[in-house]
Amino acid sequence: MEPIIIEGTSKTPTVKFDANEGVFEIKGRSIPENSVEFYKPLVDWLDGYKESPLTKTVVNIRLEYFNTSSSKCILDVFKKLEAIHKAKNEVEVNWYYEEDDEDMLEAGEDYESIIRVPFKMVEIVE
Amino acid sequence: MGFKIENYLNDQAKGDIILFYKGNIDSDVINQVLDTVEDKMVEVNEQSKLRKKVYNVLVESLQNLYHHVDKVPDDYEDQESERFGILQVKKIEKGYKIVTGNFVRNENIEKLEERIKRINRSSHEEIKELYKFILNHQKISQKGGGGLGLVDIARKTGNKLDYAFKEYNDHHSFFYLNILVNEEEQK
Repeated sequence: MEPIIIEGTSKTPTVKFDANEGVFEIKGRSIPENSVEFYKPLVDWLDGYKESPLTKTVVNIRLEYFNTSSSKCILDVFKKLEAIHKAKNEVEVNWYYEEDDEDMLEAGEDYESIIRVPFKMVEIVE
Repeated sequence: MGFKIENYLNDQAKGDIILFYKGNIDSDVINQVLDTVEDKMVEVNEQSKLRKKVYNVLVESLQNLYHHVDKVPDDYEDQESERFGILQVKKIEKGYKIVTGNFVRNENIEKLEERIKRINRSSHEEIKELYKFILNHQKISQKGGGGLGLVDIARKTGNKLDYAFKEYNDHHSFFYLNILVNEEEQK
């Protein structure tokens, strides 16, 4: 599978999904008005990856800001990962948050409570 | 007609207005507003926790306008703007006041007010649960909104949503959302 590599902008995150390494990253700001347009290709790509995933997939989410419309799209991404996990593959989500950003920590905990995939909350200390 | 959009703003407590915008709310305007306010907060060395909350609330309130405003009345002076709204950002002693305003058709008031009242009746824990419920059960609407904006604003600020509807004519009112983002969040 071809990897997805997208450079970040002031409103959309940097994305690196590499099927050969099994490491997926979303990083930066995710506040577009139309988040479905941005996330649909990622969700579709995960559908493909789901067919023959690596035995271990690591997902790093390191967002500074995300809007509520992205929050639903990010949930869609996690749902694909949940399906991969359910099919007896190892999936690990690392949710990064800055040390004083309780809102970002809580957002990660929201997903952790909805999605049945192991989450690790990782504090970024400056 | 005695209606003037700015009257409501002038009635509010004083503070340093760091930004006022009136007109079409499009993607570029949203970018510019976010950049301007972010730069100003960095300039005055605002603590990062408050800075992030203000930024988040600004994103949601502007995108609420972007996705949900009703068309302006036929006799209103600005007929050019496809999505007409106003925004004022004011620095107050221990935080920021963000006021947005937009036209709503009178028949849409009840539904909007009910949503706000439901949020204002809820405890912080209930708001968290409501957020998760909507996140997990509601699809993104045709307009592109997720139905989470107001809930998110209430959750992040920890404050009740202050609002007002001012009648413009028989068919339209102007809706003001008056958001307080302060340092001490009440949980």
